Amino acid sequence: MTTTTAKDKTKRFTPEIRAEIDRWIAKYPPEWKQSAVMGALMILQDDNGGWLTTQLMDDIAAYLDMPAIAVYEVATFYSMYELKPVGKHKICVCTNVSCMTNKSDIIVEHLEKKLGIRFGQVTEDGRFSLKEVECLGACGGAPMMQIGKQYYENLTPEIVDAILEGLE
Amino acid sequence: MANEVCLRTLDLERPWLLEQYQSRGGYKMLKKILTEKMPPEAIIEEVKTSGLRGRGGAGFPTGLKWSFISRNAPGQKYVVCNSDEGEPGTFKDRDILRYNPHQLVEGMIIAGYAIGATRGYNYIRGEFWEPYERFEQALEEARSAGFLGEDLLGSGFDFELYTHLGAGAYICGEETALLESIEGKKGQPRYKPPFPAHFGLYGRPTIINNTESLASIPVIMEKGGVWFADIGVKNSGGSKLFSISGNINNPGVFEIPMGTPFSALLEMAGGVKDGRRIKAVIPGGSSAPVIPGEQMMALNMDYDAIAGAGSMLGSGAVIVLDDTNCMVKVLERMSYFYHEESCGQCTPCREGTGWLYRVVHRIETGQGRQEDLDLLNDVAGKISGKTICALGDAAAMPVQGMLRHFRDEFQYHIDHQRCMVGVG
Ligand SMILES: Cc1cc2nc3c(=O)[nH]c(=O)nc-3n(C[C@H](O)[C@H](O)[C@H](O)COP(=O)(O)O)c2cc1C
Ligand code: SF4
Ligand code: FES
Repeated sequence: MTTTTAKDKTKRFTPEIRAEIDRWIAKYPPEWKQSAVMGALMILQDDNGGWLTTQLMDDIAAYLDMPAIAVYEVATFYSMYELKPVGKHKICVCTNVSCMTNKSDIIVEHLEKKLGIRFGQVTEDGRFSLKEVECLGACGGAPMMQIGKQYYENLTPEIVDAILEGLE
Repeated sequence: MANEVCLRTLDLERPWLLEQYQSRGGYKMLKKILTEKMPPEAIIEEVKTSGLRGRGGAGFPTGLKWSFISRNAPGQKYVVCNSDEGEPGTFKDRDILRYNPHQLVEGMIIAGYAIGATRGYNYIRGEFWEPYERFEQALEEARSAGFLGEDLLGSGFDFELYTHLGAGAYICGEETALLESIEGKKGQPRYKPPFPAHFGLYGRPTIINNTESLASIPVIMEKGGVWFADIGVKNSGGSKLFSISGNINNPGVFEIPMGTPFSALLEMAGGVKDGRRIKAVIPGGSSAPVIPGEQMMALNMDYDAIAGAGSMLGSGAVIVLDDTNCMVKVLERMSYFYHEESCGQCTPCREGTGWLYRVVHRIETGQGRQEDLDLLNDVAGKISGKTICALGDAAAMPVQGMLRHFRDEFQYHIDHQRCMVGVG
């Protein structure tokens, strides 16, 4: 069996990325580097325009001394990890009960029409993608959506327009 | 008596800052406990006296849970906070994290001291970026002030606290799935026993509590268990955060005494939108069986009262539905959720949630058959109690509740291939 040398492992990421992952590693017991896998996946996903390649997952596996399959398992289990390209702005719309009864369907329809895409698709220019999500714990502001790290609540089609216009 | 516990700093301008929290007595109890070297047993006794029951949904007595840990057993122990907040309808822990993070930090340190744990993790759902940043800022402030680290205030007690971020999976709110997730694995619940008190995070003794449960601790210690218990009613000590949403004028989070009439809560939340009739209420998060509106108007918000009506107080997430809602559609959406979020480990849950969704979906779309209603009850019954974790029950209970109270709407869908509610 070949082992990856320490030097090989650290070469895979920039010093900044390494420092960020190391901050996660430091939170857990030394023999539990694997605990940092969720943090590492998110850091690399953000760095790679919002999605994860097999290469990136393999690099994480090497860096955290984990089998690659264990990293794939995590990446496929959690809904916030993307294994295919997404738009520069990933628009996540909640359609669970409190949002549904506050007309999230109108927001969804408006977005689909405006962007010309459905849930799970990316606009041709790569700027936007649409995703249906489950309750985001902001039902008091229904209907709501998340774009990037930001929540937007009490939406109307007009408010959605203004939000999208404000994005780069 | 509102906003006296978890939301006691809400009226301040930037309540999430350390000096603001301290201006309301924050960290006073921690200092007292550490400098007087209060016996840990006394803390656990006080929490037992308070009648505090787990605010994450199951309502297990918090003091009792803490007493299961053998404090003097050698080796590492952990305090874990559940800020995964994924039960549809629930949005209270988000406000604790955003507006009063220090009280959670203080509560977790006190819990660590009480059970002899020197490390804690707060598991925050991955979508909660703003709450995560607020909590991280609070950790930094607490560390600089000497409330986290080694030998806290010269007491000889060490405590470190970290955040773990989730990445989108409702099942990680289940306590053992959450532990798996911190360990860097997919979030699949463990068989119990062993319980986390004996075999928890990294195989070590662990207590895991909801955000609201832990954030209540500093105030319980300051004002006393009796004071807290007396705010509420028998079997339901204290006040509680209710997240109220749906078809109402002023949705939001309200901290009110246990046992408050539902009608009073509804009024605080501005009443039903557009003056419409209240048709149904889901009183404790989407897995709590639905209660018809008229019946709900006569109930109080406490564990026994809601259980007496065949439902549960759960996480205190109250979803109000007016008479424009089609109950078949509501159940269809809920069943879709549980099917999506099943981790797939147990056959009754993996297969059963799929069945439930498909059958409700065909009724909703006018393809329902007469035998479907019995089929739904049958499938729900075959999931209940036959799975590793409670997600199976959580998927079955709403189905049983809907068929108990709104069977006629399902029947109408089957007979007429359409909805009896005008707008559906
Ligand atoms: C499917 C499922 C999801 C859950 N989600 C949460 C949650 O988001 N937050 C929470 O505090 N508890 C949740 N729980 C309950 C936890 O398993 C556990 O009982 C709770 O965190 C214990 O804390 P408490 O006693 O302070 O309530 C969930 C349980 C199940 C079965
Ligand atoms: S009941 Fe469902 S969610 Fe829970 S362990 Fe079994 S399959 Fe997973
Ligand atoms: S139902 Fe949409 S945020 Fe909760």
